[in-house]
Amino acid sequence: MPRRSQDERDFPVKFQRYGAVAGVAVAAALALSACGSDNNSSSSSTASSGSSSGSSASACPSGTLNAAGSTAQANAISQFTKDYQTKCTGVTVNYNANGSGAGVTAFIQKQADFAGSDYSLSTTQAGQVTTAGRCGSGKAVDIPAVAGAIAVIYNVPGVTTSLNLSAKNLAAIFDGTITTWNDAAIVKDNPGVTLPSTKIQPFYRSDTSGTSYNFSNYLNALGGFAAANKQWPGKAGQGAKGSSAVAAKVKSTSGGIGYAEYSYATQNSLTYANVSNAAGAFIKLTQDNASNFIAQAKIEQSGEDTKLAFNYQYSNASAYPNTLVTYEIACGTGNDSTALPLIKGFLNYVVSSTAQSELTGLGYVPLPSAVQTADAAVVNSLS
Amino acid sequence: MSSDTPPAVAEAQDEAPKSSAPRSALTAKAGLGDRIFGGSARGAAVFILILMAAIAGFLIYQSVNAISKDKVDFLTSFTWDPDGNTTANGDAEFGIAAIAWGTLITSALGVLIGAPIAIAIALFITQYVPRTLGTVFGYVVDLLAAVPSVVYGLWGLLVLDQHMSGVSKIIEDVLGWIPMFKTNGTYGSSIFTAGIVLAIMILPIIAAISREIYKQTPREQIEAAYALGATKWEMIRLAVMPYGRSGVTSAIILGFGRALGETIAVAMVLTSVPGLVTRILQPGGNTIAANIATAFADAFTTGRQALIASGMILFLLTLLVNYAARLVIRRSAKKAGA
Repeated sequence: MPRRSQDERDFPVKFQRYGAVAGVAVAAALALSACGSDNNSSSSSTASSGSSSGSSASACPSGTLNAAGSTAQANAISQFTKDYQTKCTGVTVNYNANGSGAGVTAFIQKQADFAGSDYSLSTTQAGQVTTAGRCGSGKAVDIPAVAGAIAVIYNVPGVTTSLNLSAKNLAAIFDGTITTWNDAAIVKDNPGVTLPSTKIQPFYRSDTSGTSYNFSNYLNALGGFAAANKQWPGKAGQGAKGSSAVAAKVKSTSGGIGYAEYSYATQNSLTYANVSNAAGAFIKLTQDNASNFIAQAKIEQSGEDTKLAFNYQYSNASAYPNTLVTYEIACGTGNDSTALPLIKGFLNYVVSSTAQSELTGLGYVPLPSAVQTADAAVVNSLS
Repeated sequence: MSSDTPPAVAEAQDEAPKSSAPRSALTAKAGLGDRIFGGSARGAAVFILILMAAIAGFLIYQSVNAISKDKVDFLTSFTWDPDGNTTANGDAEFGIAAIAWGTLITSALGVLIGAPIAIAIALFITQYVPRTLGTVFGYVVDLLAAVPSVVYGLWGLLVLDQHMSGVSKIIEDVLGWIPMFKTNGTYGSSIFTAGIVLAIMILPIIAAISREIYKQTPREQIEAAYALGATKWEMIRLAVMPYGRSGVTSAIILGFGRALGETIAVAMVLTSVPGLVTRILQPGGNTIAANIATAFADAFTTGRQALIASGMILFLLTLLVNYAARLVIRRSAKKAGA
């Protein structure tokens, strides 16, 4: 008995003191962390607008510009950011490459000053901009910014050359009606190539993607595929999240086929196909060929909104028809007054010929000069 | 005795009105320290309750919002397009059936593959190897639990998946007459692969808990079994396994719960395909948690609310599983008592 009472006196009393302190600390930490997580989004946005305050309308504003969106234009934007920050030392540009869909969402929810997107704003999204009052009473505008080519990448055992894949055959592959690599329709277009009987495993983007939109648009125009959609409209195959996952899956799957922006094909050293144009000829994917095709795109301007519509019927033998154009999406009017000079300054640089001429080295295609001029007019009119 | 009275008690004495002898901590009147500690403990408990209620309210509010916009039946539909990207008028169409099925089948596969191995490991460690070696071995198994799930995902994607086509093909050749094991001739990135990754991930949990339970088998029962002339295997079957049954069952259920909620490893291994996936060897499949992880970033308002609704279903599933586990344990405990 005496031993027990001593234990009780020695131990619990000490414990009680530490315990009280620890208990208070834990409760305080809980309360603090709860507040912290609640405030995250608002605090980051006030910080960004606070830091951009004091900017003037001069050629070089200062402050922080927050943008998010397309992974397809991420490499281009990071190069532009580097150049622009060297030119205007007071500016910080943050571009979060989390995908076109996510970027537009962030833009509508005021977490981003502008969004990078591989497709122009859909009517649904335009409606969401209005409902959310993102641009006050104004509308969001699309500004074509970075153009590129889509590579049809594949992994066929024993085939190291570029296969000829027509839009019709590609549509059939991605709809599941052609299921083996030695299908008669593919063999016919590839004389002299020994094709294995491996099953075809098509991979598509499971997330909403501008690459999906542009590729399905091409297949729809020339191969009778389902209508263009940022959510891949094909009937067969497996979805992977993001271009890098698609490329990785194709690379690791015998018989795999997929699509991604050109640089993903070269970075992963994947072979890519020659695709057919409106005349049924097979066109090699080169930057020049893609550039020739993009130069034929029609500028569709409605108010300040600028869209590029590819001319899929253009059948020049040196024009690669499977291309994409990515947009920057900002408010036409009703931009945040502190962010406006930054948005205008940076986007003006993006659509300038200086910036566009740099794109070739990054695997992209410069915009035709007519589009650059139209873009500059839109950017200057932002308010 | 009074010489080693700790200073804390001396302080308490000062506060207490005129007490002649040092008293036990248990009977002392509550001092300031007691009140602060008691209050903060009570505050923490109340805070947790309020937090839980707030989370539940938030989940229900968001889910109801999303489900009211759903144009198809939320519980039975196989499509997942809450933002109306592919539907006719941009209508929200989403249902939980396909991903809930994917969640259950991958987790069930994980348990089917993982649990027998984990139990065998636990028996080996407690019954077959010397105590010191068993401890070392136990540490190694526990280490498996310390590997982050994203590493399992990477391993599953880059290493395991490459080697799955051979195994899958053998299974299809043998069991292909059962529709579930038929394929379209392609393998990998399948529910089966995800099940194996999950099996490895839940193995350390089941093994560790089972080990602790088997260790506590009463010595008398083991010796009684031997005294009846039992071999080692018979002893384990007669004494160790019945003793650990309820505990091991709850270990398995815990592992199942972990598998249900596992997100990133599954999301990395599985490729998504639309609709219900019943063929487990063929590529494709999706789970609730993986769907949330992959679809959240580019989801709009309805999309996010729909994902929250799916999260609530996952929460309910896990609750159900836990409840089932308690029922099983209670029943087997009763049986053991009778």
